[in-house]
Amino acid sequence: MTAPIQKVSIIISKGSLEGIYPGLIMANGARAEGIEVNLFFTFFGLDAIHAKRQEHVKVATVGNPGLHLATWAGGLPGVSSLMTHYLERKMGDLDIPSIPEFVEMIADTGAGIYACKASVDLFALEKNDFIPQVQDIITVGEFYAMAAGGHIIFT
Amino acid sequence: MPTITVAGVAVEVTEDGFFAEPAQWTEYMIPELAAREGIADPSEEQLRVVKFMRAEYARTGSGPNVRALSKTAGISIKDLYRVFPGGPAKVAARIAGIPKPRGCI
Repeated sequence: MTAPIQKVSIIISKGSLEGIYPGLIMANGARAEGIEVNLFFTFFGLDAIHAKRQEHVKVATVGNPGLHLATWAGGLPGVSSLMTHYLERKMGDLDIPSIPEFVEMIADTGAGIYACKASVDLFALEKNDFIPQVQDIITVGEFYAMAAGGHIIFT
Repeated sequence: MPTITVAGVAVEVTEDGFFAEPAQWTEYMIPELAAREGIADPSEEQLRVVKFMRAEYARTGSGPNVRALSKTAGISIKDLYRVFPGGPAKVAARIAGIPKPRGCI
């Protein structure tokens, strides 16, 4: 048998619903397998841990061919909210937690939650803009040091 | 499939250590199965989780994932990972002699 994975570092760089969930699911699933996990949020992915924004993450309805919705229709006012509401309801039926609940749950599993310093500086944010589960704002060098010996997953 | 001897009984297990035949399991096997997971003397909390996994399997036909386990057993996620750092649902399922819980959440 090949050696099991011991540690993963997952980067979440997108700020859409479909951009955030996969990384969260990978992180939570890794912890359930007993794998050590660090989650690193960068660029628009920071919205997932932003105290005021994490509840308002939306599905991208424009430029998202997988949605099978004409781009012009996706741009109409309210379509993104409607589609997000629809998906959230379907996820609720499957007992998939909301983004705020999911991030909190993943922190409770013992995963590390970090924000990228370059993005935090770019968006003029501070530590107290984030949810309390965020352990630190770290540089890319610190991220690599933390990821050493494990796998890195970029989403 | 590998065979292991637990409490004097030859038990067939999957490659990752889950009982192939959950009916072969008895409560007497708990200490030996726990020892295989590196748990020398299961605490009351650990036993509670194991028995709950077993009961849920009997009730629904599959073991719950960590989130469902936390919700239905009323034990916080933090506490579950504190008592089973190797993955609460996975490790408890192996000790409870039930198949690996499936599901992505």
